[in-house]
Amino acid sequence: MKKLINDPAEVVDSALAGLAAAHPELRVDAKRRIVVRGDAPVRGKVGLVSGGGSGHEPLHGGFVGLGMLDAACPGEIFTSPVPDQIQAATAAVDAGAGVLHIVKNYTGDVMNFEMAAELAAAETGTEVHAIVVNDDVAVRDSLYTAGRRGVGATVILEKMAGAAAESGRPLAEVARIAEAVNDRSRSMGMALTSCTVPAVGHPTFELGDDEMEIGIGIHGEPGRQRVPVAPARDIAELLLDPILADLPFAQGDRVLCFVNGMGATPLLELYLMFDEVARILRGHRIEIARSLVGPYITALDMAGCSVTLTRLDDELTALWDAPVRTPALRWGI
Amino acid sequence: MATVDTTEWVRDFAALVDEHAEELTALDAAIGDADHGANMRRGMAAAVAALDDSAPATAAETAKRTAMVLIRTIGGASGPLFGTFFLRFAAAIDSGSDIGDFARAFRAGLEGVIARGKAEPGDKTMVDALGPAAAALDKAVAGGADAAAALAAAAAAADAGRDATTPLVARKGRASYLGERSAGHQDPGATSAALLVRAARSALR
Repeated sequence: MKKLINDPAEVVDSALAGLAAAHPELRVDAKRRIVVRGDAPVRGKVGLVSGGGSGHEPLHGGFVGLGMLDAACPGEIFTSPVPDQIQAATAAVDAGAGVLHIVKNYTGDVMNFEMAAELAAAETGTEVHAIVVNDDVAVRDSLYTAGRRGVGATVILEKMAGAAAESGRPLAEVARIAEAVNDRSRSMGMALTSCTVPAVGHPTFELGDDEMEIGIGIHGEPGRQRVPVAPARDIAELLLDPILADLPFAQGDRVLCFVNGMGATPLLELYLMFDEVARILRGHRIEIARSLVGPYITALDMAGCSVTLTRLDDELTALWDAPVRTPALRWGI
Repeated sequence: MATVDTTEWVRDFAALVDEHAEELTALDAAIGDADHGANMRRGMAAAVAALDDSAPATAAETAKRTAMVLIRTIGGASGPLFGTFFLRFAAAIDSGSDIGDFARAFRAGLEGVIARGKAEPGDKTMVDALGPAAAALDKAVAGGADAAAALAAAAAAADAGRDATTPLVARKGRASYLGERSAGHQDPGATSAALLVRAARSALR
């Protein structure tokens, strides 16, 4: 394993120290492991808190700032944060208008956020609403699984709900927006290689040179299916077909199209994938009204990509276009 | 009358986790995300450190302190699940002094895990090791077995339950995303849970 690290046990703390040094506009509490907007709590504003395992950068710490998250709580690599940490983040952004927890549907994340919300209600009386993101169509049968995972839609949801909160909307409204984004978003991912967790030191799974995994999550976990590697145009179809069939997306829909890199795939290849995705969507008469291309929700050094489509309406489009100023997403100001 | 020394139980469990950390991580790499060994090791080391700070006066206090440390340091699913186990155990053991009390508290811990994780037997989780262990304890206690025999039966039942997870298709936790491909792999959570039962046996005083 070759990695830019000192000690596998200190990767998360050292990265947080770097985030703090690079972004003085954020408050990074290394001891409690929370990243907070410099001006939090913003009076009268609903607080947005998200978190999860580290290793998905820039998610979530890179999305803290005006128009997006008020705080992020990064756990150990691929391990959800602990309740104390989530509660500390909640308390740091609570301005009296309530707090929205944005939780990816993974068992550990859901349980730790649940415990934190119980603690917050009991100890400070903070009103907490949780949205559990579950956009991953690779998980087919939620009766026999922990349910669909939260993946790419998390980024879209944090942006749109963040804009709603920034404009002063109350908690119920911000929660409604979050639910709407989750309901209207579908994702599917694939991997060309495994990632290497620093503390483990070797790839999580072995993948032959001629193989790829379809339907992966964002933790280096193997996917649903291992198939021979194929040209990008075929991969685009493998990812899009289940997405389009699931919502379902229909002719005339306007969508936000998000092609995400898993950490080790160059932008060159992501734009190439975007072209393939756009070609398929044109064939279905689905209009790409907004787009996002790049590594925004990653799995360490995994190579591969995911595609997320969100069906837009005027309200969501305006929320997407609203100004945002965070380390990883910034426009309009 | 002999029963489990809770402090020794936590220490012995920490030692077993440390010894088996690589194995737990390897099992997790096959059907999860390769962090179970590292997470359990970190949590149990912190629990032992908390007990080293000052000795709790009662078994309930030891279990409660252990629970809070695990909830605060492990994260993931294991933190809330092992934490909840010890928290419910603590609430049930307060005046416990014999193996019957231990068995009742152990079952309370198991019920906490089921309530928190919503897993049923056969879902390929730690419940598949803890459930048979609780049943074996109850049966041994009802039959008048002594503590050593009851815990030996519980450890054997937990190991058998752990082994029985191998052919199962996971229905809870991250392994559930693999569908049929999760079959053929021993569950990491059931493996660490079986170590917890084995540790109780060696903590008999």
